Amino acid sequence: MVTRAAAVTREVFGQTLLALGKENPDIVAVGGDLNVSTFAYLFGREFPARFFDLGPAEQNMMSIAAGLAFSGKIPFANTFAVFGTGRPYDQIRVGIAQTGANVKIIGSHSGITVGEDGVSAQAIEDIALMCALPGFHVIVPSDGPETAQAVRVAAKERGPFYLRLSRLATPVLHADGSSFRLGRAEVMRQGLDLTLIACGIMVAAALEAAETLARTGVQARVLNVATLQPLDREAILQAARETGAIVTAEEHYINGGLGSMVASVVAQGYPAPVEMVALHRYAESGAPAQLLAKYGLTAADVERAARRVMTRKGK
Amino acid sequence: MVSVTSDARGAQRSPSPVKASSHGTPTTPSPNYRQLREIARAVRRDILLSITEAGSGHPGGSLSEADILVALYWCVLRHDPRNPAWGDRDRLILSKGHACPGLYTVLAHRGYFPKADLSTFRKLGSHLQGHAKMGTPGVEMSSGSLGQGLSFGVGVALAGRLDGRSYRTYVLLGDGECDEGQVWEAAMSAAHYKVDTLTAIVDRNRIQNDRFTREVMELEPLDAKWRAFGWRVLEIDGHSFPALLRALRQAQETEGQPTVIIARTTKGKGVSFMENNPAFHGRAPTKEQLAQALGEVGFSRAEASAAMKELGFPEAKIAEWTGLMPEG
Ligand SMILES: Cc1ncc(C[n+]2csc(CCOP(=O)(O)OP(=O)(O)O)c2C)c(N)n1
Repeated sequence: MVTRAAAVTREVFGQTLLALGKENPDIVAVGGDLNVSTFAYLFGREFPARFFDLGPAEQNMMSIAAGLAFSGKIPFANTFAVFGTGRPYDQIRVGIAQTGANVKIIGSHSGITVGEDGVSAQAIEDIALMCALPGFHVIVPSDGPETAQAVRVAAKERGPFYLRLSRLATPVLHADGSSFRLGRAEVMRQGLDLTLIACGIMVAAALEAAETLARTGVQARVLNVATLQPLDREAILQAARETGAIVTAEEHYINGGLGSMVASVVAQGYPAPVEMVALHRYAESGAPAQLLAKYGLTAADVERAARRVMTRKGK
Repeated sequence: MVSVTSDARGAQRSPSPVKASSHGTPTTPSPNYRQLREIARAVRRDILLSITEAGSGHPGGSLSEADILVALYWCVLRHDPRNPAWGDRDRLILSKGHACPGLYTVLAHRGYFPKADLSTFRKLGSHLQGHAKMGTPGVEMSSGSLGQGLSFGVGVALAGRLDGRSYRTYVLLGDGECDEGQVWEAAMSAAHYKVDTLTAIVDRNRIQNDRFTREVMELEPLDAKWRAFGWRVLEIDGHSFPALLRALRQAQETEGQPTVIIARTTKGKGVSFMENNPAFHGRAPTKEQLAQALGEVGFSRAEASAAMKELGFPEAKIAEWTGLMPEG
């Protein structure tokens, strides 16, 4: 269901964390001087004693979060996606991933839609980094309701989580978040000619592309892969078997992201042509919409990839 | 041989860097204090214009660092705007890369690239990226991820020592940035290797991204921390040119250890509603706020119009924005 409504996923995170804080006194938050941007300040305002701003000191933040987690707390570590993944990577790797620490990392402002701030702030490698950590749950919600549900699931399930959120408002695709299942892909539109597999902001683009394709008689299935790890291999293989052609779409570098992982599953389980809509290089400063157009992440790009994959399927 | 401009030629380190005779050549005398203040005023104006035009950016820390950068680029650095790759140039590394509008404006005013580029800041296709990035003439390091510049500076300074070059390396840090552990790793290494050609300058404006530094993370006693890490520490008023130039000269004369200048500054300096206001760390002014700000920095409508013209703004926008300024 595509509505005209929009929500900012990082804001939904802040509101959900606040609600969770009221329900569970073990929920705590650590931040890196970006608590207004991540909306974690909503929690901090209500629960100052359970909120620790550590300043821009992300390595310290992650290890403190691990310490809190192994002492019975459920820490939400929040900052921009770049500063919550690559910057403190070994602290995450050894202290959180290898120990299975109950730490929830929230990376806001992911991808190129952070826009004008430029490449140092644009996380286009974070999915690869976090999916390279065995046992880490990696979630890329497609809209506000799914974000709310994912934050709740992260709080409830034990173990490390990474949630990748966006700066801008994204269209609301779900009536509520109840469709979100950890580790399960969601069929958002049925079709048998090909499958568009997307995550995050590219799910809306895939749905739009599917509409356009339908007008020319091509019925595309749309699969929303909100959980990148553990990946729903079965849904992907089913798509390969039933539709015989796949397009992946993600706001991430082409290596190590959704496309790479889908291709790996398909190659191992049921080979079918795959086209990937993803970033091929670092972008630059610019308005988010301009960047999406210049770097090939629009519904039209998904549609073009669909036409290419249909040609390959036909051969 | 590298070609050296008038700036670089008279570059003998002078005991009194502001004296025209000892720095630069007769054709480009070093400015006096009054002239430096005039330059800084124009720099503040253009920082405000470029951020307003971009619609986003970091005015607070750009305005707080402006006098430091003016002192460096007009009186201290040996540099050649026409040859940014000159091997013997002094290096200024902007570690607090979000405050690049300050650096870009100073570089443009020194002739590294046209002033008109300033109105392309943060726009698609511009070389003036939202955070400092190598590729812009005069930008020595890609920053924007806090805490990395001092380490980079240690590397640059160590290479200079290995090559027997006489250049000096300056690293401009934010105070909030000093929360990053890497700053202290760098500090320790610089003292260990006695990198006395390295000078760190901390823009001590007491505000970081969200709030005041003392609320987020107490830094004091900051001077004692640096001293304990083996640095010579000079603490000064970072908006006073005499103080800045004196401290920078003392840093040049220091042997056997690196020097840090803790420059006490005001975030948003020069614009009443930005001064000491965390809200203007990373937010552009509206055009109405710009109009007020330009007035406060001391520009008339006519002067602001002329400046906007130089920055490449279209006539209609010049009329619209300056029309919001008070008469006269
Ligand atoms: C590694 C890293 N973490 C977080 C940020 C986000 N951030 C940008 S500016 C800033 C505050 C910097 O404060 P300060 O160094 O005092 O800058 P100034 O006041 O001089 O502008 C933060 C946290 C960043 N750019 N890099």
